[in-house]
Amino acid sequence: MTEQHTLSVLVEDKPGVLARVASTLARRGFNIHSLAVGPTAEAGMSKMTVVVNAPELEQVKKQLHKLINVVKITELDQHFAIEREIMLVRVNAPPGKRGEILEVASIFKATAVDVAANSITFQVTGQPAKINDFLDLIRPYGMMDLVKSGRIALAREPKARKLKATG
Amino acid sequence: MSETTGAHALIKSLEHEGVEVAFGVPGGAILPVYDPLLDSPIRHVLARHEQGAGHMAQGYAWATGKVGVTIATSGPGATNLVTPLADALMDSVPLVAVTGQVPTYAVGNDAFQEAYTTGITLPATKHNYFVTDVEEISSVVHEAFHIASSGRPGPVLIDIPKDVLNARTVWSEPGELHLPGYKPTTKPHPRRIAEAAEMIAAAERPVLYVGGGIIKAEATEQLTALAEATGAPVVTTLMGRGAMSDHHPNVLGMSGMHGVYTATSAMQKADLLVAIGVRFDDRVTGDPEAFAPFAKVIHADIDPAEIGKVREPEVPIVGDARQVLVGLLEAWGERETPNLDKWWTTLRNWQEDYPLRYDQQDDGPIKPQYVIEQIYEATGGDATVVAGVGQHQMWASQFWKFDDPRRWINSGGLGTMGFAVPAAVGAKVGTPDELVYAIDGDGCFQMTFQEMITAAEENVPVKVAVINNRAYGMVRQWQRLFYNERFSASDLGSGIDYVKLAEGMGCVGLRAEKPEEVADVVSRSLEINDRPVITEFVVDRDEMVFPMVPAGGSNDIIINGPEDL
Ligand SMILES: Cc1ncc(C[n+]2csc(CCOP(=O)(O)OP(=O)(O)O)c2C)c(N)n1
Repeated sequence: MTEQHTLSVLVEDKPGVLARVASTLARRGFNIHSLAVGPTAEAGMSKMTVVVNAPELEQVKKQLHKLINVVKITELDQHFAIEREIMLVRVNAPPGKRGEILEVASIFKATAVDVAANSITFQVTGQPAKINDFLDLIRPYGMMDLVKSGRIALAREPKARKLKATG
Repeated sequence: MSETTGAHALIKSLEHEGVEVAFGVPGGAILPVYDPLLDSPIRHVLARHEQGAGHMAQGYAWATGKVGVTIATSGPGATNLVTPLADALMDSVPLVAVTGQVPTYAVGNDAFQEAYTTGITLPATKHNYFVTDVEEISSVVHEAFHIASSGRPGPVLIDIPKDVLNARTVWSEPGELHLPGYKPTTKPHPRRIAEAAEMIAAAERPVLYVGGGIIKAEATEQLTALAEATGAPVVTTLMGRGAMSDHHPNVLGMSGMHGVYTATSAMQKADLLVAIGVRFDDRVTGDPEAFAPFAKVIHADIDPAEIGKVREPEVPIVGDARQVLVGLLEAWGERETPNLDKWWTTLRNWQEDYPLRYDQQDDGPIKPQYVIEQIYEATGGDATVVAGVGQHQMWASQFWKFDDPRRWINSGGLGTMGFAVPAAVGAKVGTPDELVYAIDGDGCFQMTFQEMITAAEENVPVKVAVINNRAYGMVRQWQRLFYNERFSASDLGSGIDYVKLAEGMGCVGLRAEKPEEVADVVSRSLEINDRPVITEFVVDRDEMVFPMVPAGGSNDIIINGPEDL
């Protein structure tokens, strides 16, 4: 797997801005792993989190910057960013297997959000790696459905700066 | 100001931006705009097709340096504009297009003449707007002109539903621009500039590789000064023809697929390329892996996305071409001009050994290159040349000597056949005192010649030379070279009577069929200035454009003429 990079893209909250970003990425043939969008703290702005494959990183940034409504692009260093995904997964869970499955789930802090005669639906949030680990363990039981949000991410507050401020 | 309509406010806004001419075609959704246009000082040129209107606006923008304006109705009016918008995006031409849209309540319902204009034109514009509130018109128009004309110029489209055009409003001057995501970098980084100057001083075989960016930035003077200070040869792209005078001894001409041997080879042997306002287009580089293999690269452009897109430069510089050149000149300072005698000896030898050439026999068919040279001689080069796309375009670029910028207008990036006639009309509207001579192919001409009717009706006395080889010559050339002379769909048959056609459209038609008739037809065309003129030159249909580097091939392997095949 090629290395992935996470871009945090601040955009003006104008109609069609998602279409512009998506169209630019498609037009240039970039390989996008995920794209999530939602409102942000600043009024009139939205933030997109775009996960791209490494070789295309520079051109993705430059091409997105050409869009008039794109205000700022920050590349998040995976070691200094908080990255989260949310997943809903429906697992095949006949009564005999339920206990086992719930045990695995509890290790990952996965919450059962819907329980039916032969299935349980879990909600898991966390780092992308944690979600993938949970999936690996749950897969043998049989997955009936799965949906994942795109990755969202925020840079951590730099600790060094905080120290300096007091000193 | 008193209360008025959105449409009137739009016209006020266009006037406020200094618009003098708009090129367009009316229709249902845009009708509200055409009514107040009657009372406006803005001249409206009624094109016969929206594609024509768009190319006219491009020709106008090229010739004047101002923003070209085009107006169309919803649906088919807007879709007909897509080609000129895409063309303007590729060649960085500042345009503002205004389109009518079906009324807001009907949008999304597949109403009559509804097209999703902002969606369709999204990848064909620098930016576009869908105006939903009549109060936005003033600020949107102001932003559109700013975006179209600043940074890397390009087309901007404004789509306005009919009910918004009819809504009541009070026009007010636009406020301050609020574009937090749009701040083009024009001032180059001084450290990069200093590095670049050092590299130029150290180079033994430098080449200044310059393009349309020089013309957009109006940097001819600074480019000439840098070439003289550094002694470096200058190679221009197709879009950069006229960026520096072809009569200047440092200028080698155009490089690339049909470039002159010396210009193409200079880049292949260079140890330094100083690339300014260019984008390493595939028609220039040939196989990028084999392109300029010994050269370090300094790449300056106003669009950061161009830098490193094709070739990773040693020194990247983001900035306006003129400011970059001013910076380089300052950084160069009082340095002596380096001794590049060895390099120049090589270049001069190539020039001698591999000149552009063709063979005009007195009793043979007219050679297309001869026509272009005859027009050049007769006008003394004092003309704005507008070309279509094909062989004739390459010959025009090769055989015309450009002394000034903005006097070569063509569709370089998109390669749009049919560009020449409407673009020439637009150029002539913008620069009525200049001689505008289009050099068109018969195939191209047949795509948009209806705009000669516009020229006649609007009193725009352009001249169009139809280089008539009764074929899609460039297609034929490729079929001859790469498809075993199987001429599929490239023969235009016996063609049309251009003299009659010209007369039928209110123009003058002239024809030359033999070499000895060429000079006379050209000089007669120059005497007629009260009507558009179409001069038909029946030329040798088998003539091919040389030099040639086959598409995707290495620029080291140049076919200089038929004997190399
Ligand atoms: C709109 C469009 N359609 C098709 C082409 C492909 N094409 C490139 S050159 C050419 C032939 C041009 O013929 P003509 O105008 O007669 O010029 P010539 O090459 O004969 O000088 C064609 C069909 C194009 N460039 N543009």
